[in-house]
Amino acid sequence: MSASSLLPLLVLWPLAGGLLGLLLPRGAGPLLLGVSTGNLALAVALVDALAGAGKVAHSVGGWSTPLGIALRADGLSAVLILVAGAVAPLLALYASAAYAGRELRYFAGLFLLFLGALNGLFIAGDLFNLYVTLELLGLSAVALAALGGGAAALAASLRYLLATITGSLAYLLGVALLYRATGTLDLLQLSGQGPALPGGAVAFALMVAGLLLKAAVFPLHFWLPPAHANASPPVSAALSALAVKAPLYLLLRLWLSTYDGAWPLVAELLAAIGAAGVLWCSLQAVLQRRAKLLVAYSTVAQLGYLLLALALVPAAGAAAYGAFTLLLVSHVLAKAGLFLAVGNLARRAGHDRLDGFERVVQHLPLSASAIALAGVSLMGMPPSGGFNGKWLLLQAAIATGDWWLVAVILVGGLLAAVYIFKLIEHTFGGSDRPDATALPRRMEWAALTLAASAVGVGFLGQPLLRLLGGVP
Amino acid sequence: MKRLGHAVLGLLLLMLAGVLAWAVSLPVAPGQDVPAHIAGSLADSGVSHPVTAVLLNFRGYDTLLELVVLLVALAGVRCLAPLPPPSGGGAVGGVLRELAALLLPVLVLVALYLLWAGATRPGGAFQGGALLGAAGILALLAGRDRFLAVLEQRLWLLAGLGVGVFLAVAAGTLVWGGTLLGLPPEQAGILILVIESFALLSIAVTLVALFLGTGELEDRDP
Amino acid sequence: MTGQACYAVLGALLFCLSFHALIIAVHPLRRLLAVNVMGSSVFLVFIAGAGPRDPLPQALVITGIVVAVAATALGLNLLLRLAGPAEDDRPSAGQDGS
Repeated sequence: MSASSLLPLLVLWPLAGGLLGLLLPRGAGPLLLGVSTGNLALAVALVDALAGAGKVAHSVGGWSTPLGIALRADGLSAVLILVAGAVAPLLALYASAAYAGRELRYFAGLFLLFLGALNGLFIAGDLFNLYVTLELLGLSAVALAALGGGAAALAASLRYLLATITGSLAYLLGVALLYRATGTLDLLQLSGQGPALPGGAVAFALMVAGLLLKAAVFPLHFWLPPAHANASPPVSAALSALAVKAPLYLLLRLWLSTYDGAWPLVAELLAAIGAAGVLWCSLQAVLQRRAKLLVAYSTVAQLGYLLLALALVPAAGAAAYGAFTLLLVSHVLAKAGLFLAVGNLARRAGHDRLDGFERVVQHLPLSASAIALAGVSLMGMPPSGGFNGKWLLLQAAIATGDWWLVAVILVGGLLAAVYIFKLIEHTFGGSDRPDATALPRRMEWAALTLAASAVGVGFLGQPLLRLLGGVP
Repeated sequence: MKRLGHAVLGLLLLMLAGVLAWAVSLPVAPGQDVPAHIAGSLADSGVSHPVTAVLLNFRGYDTLLELVVLLVALAGVRCLAPLPPPSGGGAVGGVLRELAALLLPVLVLVALYLLWAGATRPGGAFQGGALLGAAGILALLAGRDRFLAVLEQRLWLLAGLGVGVFLAVAAGTLVWGGTLLGLPPEQAGILILVIESFALLSIAVTLVALFLGTGELEDRDP
Repeated sequence: MTGQACYAVLGALLFCLSFHALIIAVHPLRRLLAVNVMGSSVFLVFIAGAGPRDPLPQALVITGIVVAVAATALGLNLLLRLAGPAEDDRPSAGQDGS
């Protein structure tokens, strides 16, 4: 099979799996595991193909641009598809134990469609196709967040829905302006043109605002904590680890390619809101009394780091680009592991109030270890992936002379340590409660594997950066 | 305080309106001439109406994903806890019954015509599907719910057929031609008609099911 | 101003109006409606911006409309469940579902 056929397969395979998941009355568990494992194999094949070629492209329908749609993958797409592909089977493993019957069937269908949308977004080379994949991703995320939930989850999902559509529409209005000015939707044909176009700056502002809202970046994060904290553990993990990363990826792509990293003011503005997000939401995480809300605020804070790295890319180049990627990868793994582990504790305790998580370490030692390991990466302690990412970010900030950012990164790390230790303290302390129910072991192993990979990916920094390649 | 907030918000949005109105009315000189590209490739697209050619051939991939979006919405609605059926629907009036008897055959006929006409003039699976869906809802409102049982038993099959056939064509073209949705010009017309026919059915069923929510249809637990 | 530019400017104004409604509305149904109008305004700008000679935006907008229908249906169903079965009989009671 040619490398170019891999791109459409990465979309068709999970979509077909999702359709089957909804159609078939039984067998959702094995289907979910099988399809997500197959997807991982495709992702690995793509990485392999890119190691030789550097770039892969596919013209859908054989039509050239601007008439048709082009699918393209470079190092950044491959890293993201690989990490999403690696997380998916573990979430599937967890879900096949956590859900049963009707719920499992809908989770399988929706999650696989979500995965297809994610892959499709990472390889899309067309502005409107990106809009459709964004909407597919957003709607499947909303549906997952509402899956079998109570009133709080439904209210949070509705808010999530309104926020995600508003963000997409702002993005689409920007796309309309770009199409009007150029007559093309293709990213390659648009490359570098953005700043000089009539209405180009307005289009950029609209697209950036829409994507920041969809990524739940501070101060547009209002919808995220309730939606992520009220969903069930595998859904929270998928949303927090994967869904919010896609708009940031697209923002980076648009800014670097279509707008050629233009306007120093944009970099300063993004850095400023990134820094404010790191500080404010880390502080919010420290103040939370519910474990899942703590983890959700930690997500918004970590998104702030990603925005900092993104803002530094035009000025600092490879260091910031690498920092963005490594921070993203380690956050995906750590946050997925953390949400699953906290979900285990909450399931065992019957609630997720921190002051009630008493001495579960005796009953759920693996989940408690997962929390500790994920915490190591989120705090950015060596040898974790989070450390590598922050180290590169610090280098980028020092290289550009942004000393205030160095201070923000360090203070953010300290605050992360505070909220992680708060979580750990409640997990390991307190009195014994032997009456709780047992959990299937694979729910613990899935959490631990993810958290351990977040630390382990620290050793894979160099291969990942090689795969990523230079700043496009 | 609240009034001040509203005033500030209004002022900001007024400025935004000014900027947007300015941006959309700037003179432009597009570097690419898409209408010319479309006209140039129309003969190979299998249909003669440019909008249908874009939807089903040049950018058929978008349309496939869009059908999946409909499916996701349906799954999102169906996975919610069922609501009790609305109480007090009351008896169906004679006017509605008569109207349905008159309109239903016409709606179905026009829906099929729109599907067929899409190849050469405005129309297509979405327009036809919307009409057919409306026919289904009208039938339900008029108390003609005999087809509910079929819908109940075969919901996912009927709703998923459109995406299923589209995916099969996509996979087929990828395997045999090496290009996703690369429809061979000689067969493009018939392939588009097949895709659209199943899409029409699935769109109509999905719209009716979205209208019903979960109140009437009970999922059979596996 | 040509007719085409008129529609585009109208779309831009409609976008801001619906955004205003989205921010100040309290009832989620109003917000959902605001988002719907916002979608229509974007479609209007898209089509009017490119002009009647270009079929591409027309096809894209059909796709956009279907996506908007799907999102609205999901939103309405979420809303119905939030309103609860008790209020189901009197949907005009103006209750706040959030």
